[in-house]
Amino acid sequence: MKKILALLLACAMLLTCGVLFAACTEDAPEENNEVVENNDPAETPEEPEAPALKVGVILIGDENEGYTYAHIDGIKTAAETLGIPAENIIWKYTVPEDQTCYDAAVDLIANGCTYIFSNSYGHQTFMQTAAGEYPAINFISMTGDTARASGLENFSNAFTKVYESRYVSGVVAGMKLAELAAEDKIPAESIDENGNYKIGYVGAHPYAEVVSGYTAFFLGIQSIVPNVVMDVTYTGSWFDITAEGSTAEALMADGCIIIGQHADSTGAPAAVQAAYDNGKTVFSVGYNISMLEVAPDAALTSASNNWSRYYEYALGAALKGERIATNWAAGYEDDAVRITDLGPNVAAGTAEKVAEVVAAIKDGTLHVFDTSKFTVGGETVTSAFATDTNGDFAPDADEAIIDGYYHESYFQSAPSFQLRIDGITETN
Amino acid sequence: MASPNREPLVRLVKRSSIPLWQSILVRVAAIILSLLFSAVIITLITKLDPVKVFTSMYNGAFGLELRTWNTIRDMMLLLCIAVGLAPAFKMKFWNIGAEGQILVGGIVSAACMISIGDKLPTALLLIVMALISAVAGAIWGLIPAIFKAKWNTNETLFTLMMNYVAIQLTSFMVDVWDKKGSHSVGVINQTTRTGWFPPIAEKQYLLNVIIVLALTVIMFIYLKKTKQGYEIAVVGESENTARYAGISVKKVILRTMLISGAICGIAGFIEVAGVSHTISVNTAGGRGFTAIIVAWLAKFNTFTMILISLLLVFLDKGAVQIATDFGLNEYASEMVTGIILFFILGSEFFINYKLIFRHSNKGGKA
Repeated sequence: MKKILALLLACAMLLTCGVLFAACTEDAPEENNEVVENNDPAETPEEPEAPALKVGVILIGDENEGYTYAHIDGIKTAAETLGIPAENIIWKYTVPEDQTCYDAAVDLIANGCTYIFSNSYGHQTFMQTAAGEYPAINFISMTGDTARASGLENFSNAFTKVYESRYVSGVVAGMKLAELAAEDKIPAESIDENGNYKIGYVGAHPYAEVVSGYTAFFLGIQSIVPNVVMDVTYTGSWFDITAEGSTAEALMADGCIIIGQHADSTGAPAAVQAAYDNGKTVFSVGYNISMLEVAPDAALTSASNNWSRYYEYALGAALKGERIATNWAAGYEDDAVRITDLGPNVAAGTAEKVAEVVAAIKDGTLHVFDTSKFTVGGETVTSAFATDTNGDFAPDADEAIIDGYYHESYFQSAPSFQLRIDGITETN
Repeated sequence: MASPNREPLVRLVKRSSIPLWQSILVRVAAIILSLLFSAVIITLITKLDPVKVFTSMYNGAFGLELRTWNTIRDMMLLLCIAVGLAPAFKMKFWNIGAEGQILVGGIVSAACMISIGDKLPTALLLIVMALISAVAGAIWGLIPAIFKAKWNTNETLFTLMMNYVAIQLTSFMVDVWDKKGSHSVGVINQTTRTGWFPPIAEKQYLLNVIIVLALTVIMFIYLKKTKQGYEIAVVGESENTARYAGISVKKVILRTMLISGAICGIAGFIEVAGVSHTISVNTAGGRGFTAIIVAWLAKFNTFTMILISLLLVFLDKGAVQIATDFGLNEYASEMVTGIILFFILGSEFFINYKLIFRHSNKGGKA
């Protein structure tokens, strides 16, 4: 018995080593960015005047996870452009959304960092605590939404206008849907009793960021094919491959023919590809990264961010020693959002249509949340607030509907649109 | 044909006892060997200088005063849970439910901070929070104990399932307290800091240390010097012996789990009020399971647990630092931790058994 146990343990250990070895060899090229702990003047004799800018980055994942990879890539690109040496950026990987985040922030300060970024929403509350304690240090909570309300000068939020690229990804899906309809390839189960085509959406959590995203996606589809309905199912997690896969499966079982997502894994596209391989007519629209690797046939495109635009702005301000805008948001106009490469199965003419829509967004003739394009409870919306001031998280200030459209990411960088519009059903 | 008397190559013989110095020597040797072994693995896989890697690990845990305090804080939390588990495991009651007991303690602490935080003076508030989180933890520990004492249910499964109940309960409470839909409570009383442990002598985590060390000492005395502690040991060795000696096994089980759960509940209180100031399903963060290793390796000696908690937290902090310094991802550091634990557990084997090789007996046979 003991021998068997020992053997098992030994095998397990060897296996771990093997897996690790594989993992390490893959990562090998990136491994030499050893960070000098203390800014040793002897090692950097050519450094001009004042101490060099040191930047700390707190990440929810590491380069193996799409969302975090996009941030790492954005920061590295921006740093290269601005000439910030790699060793002046200190990375804290896989920091969970708990006290560890606060610890990491304080640790970065102790290492000389004066600008600290965190990339996950749940980091925000701990970043804010640290910001209150260290007024000389600048804290930027990406995708957060409390900077303005906190009243702290050294605490900022930033977000892209990703709803624009979600709208465009919806256009891509709409084009495909129109093509399928024209070729009469939409199965009966994908059409509801009112003749609407069924779309599914895998969401993370039921709050503004996700609501804004799926609404934009839906409106994008509707701009091409008006008769659509969408079911949104939440997984309750930002990253859960299994849950996202099974949620996509459930939506497909209900007849959904396009599966969109606002969750960070490849679970949904992989499930869609599997169904596609089994002869089902179904396509996927992803998020963050191109899903063509996991869904070579089923993936149409992904809505994505170009974070380097923000990091260029923020690190540029940091280099000049300037405060960073409390709320920063940019979209197509500034090349801060994009869709990933179109898959092989997109409808003919998609690229041209996409270019046309993007141009319209850029020149301001197309507004994603145009109130003439959607209804709530059958009525056109004439008033919606963007900001919560009394702490109950129901927006009660800042009228966002101006000039006939909802001004998303206008009063704060994080999305605030949380109207539940007609045609979309939240299933849980 | 092999002779039926042929000895196996290696035989295991249980040692009756081993002198203290010898057992210490084996353990130290194990740690040194594990470090050497990890060094070889590190060099082979990453081509990094192992000395640098170990220096980096040390820096991660003690490199700055700040880090030292974080290490102490995490060590105290782990120690607190291990101290709570000690009486249960000594009684051979497999309390896998520390996670749940921590969470319910954390929930009621958070509830106090949210609802009555501004109504009581800090000292009184903290005492109230400590008491009710102890009660909450005790109830969570008592439920499986009642079923075990009355109907002899399997406490391992029962306490494990109680964890899931506690996790769901936490998840539910998080949604009650979070109106935004992002499924997180955030830092509670961020600006007012009511219900937070106050710094003592400007040390933010000193109160954590005081509470946990006090519990450690009390539990040491309780287990070693009191009648109740002796009863726990007897029930743990043999329930029949205990019955024969006139000990009410049921009563001991209930009483012990009450204490065990209460201390784990207090750990939840320390975590919420003294460390993270928030509550989530990750509040226990697996410490309830890690603490089992601490309690067992220390053989329920609460002072030895201090060292073991320190070692585990050290490895954890070191692991994080390696990731930052060398861009290795967390798996690399988890492997080092794995190797070191493997050797330490292995050393327990050599303390309890000795190996006898065949050739060593040849002289006698020939």
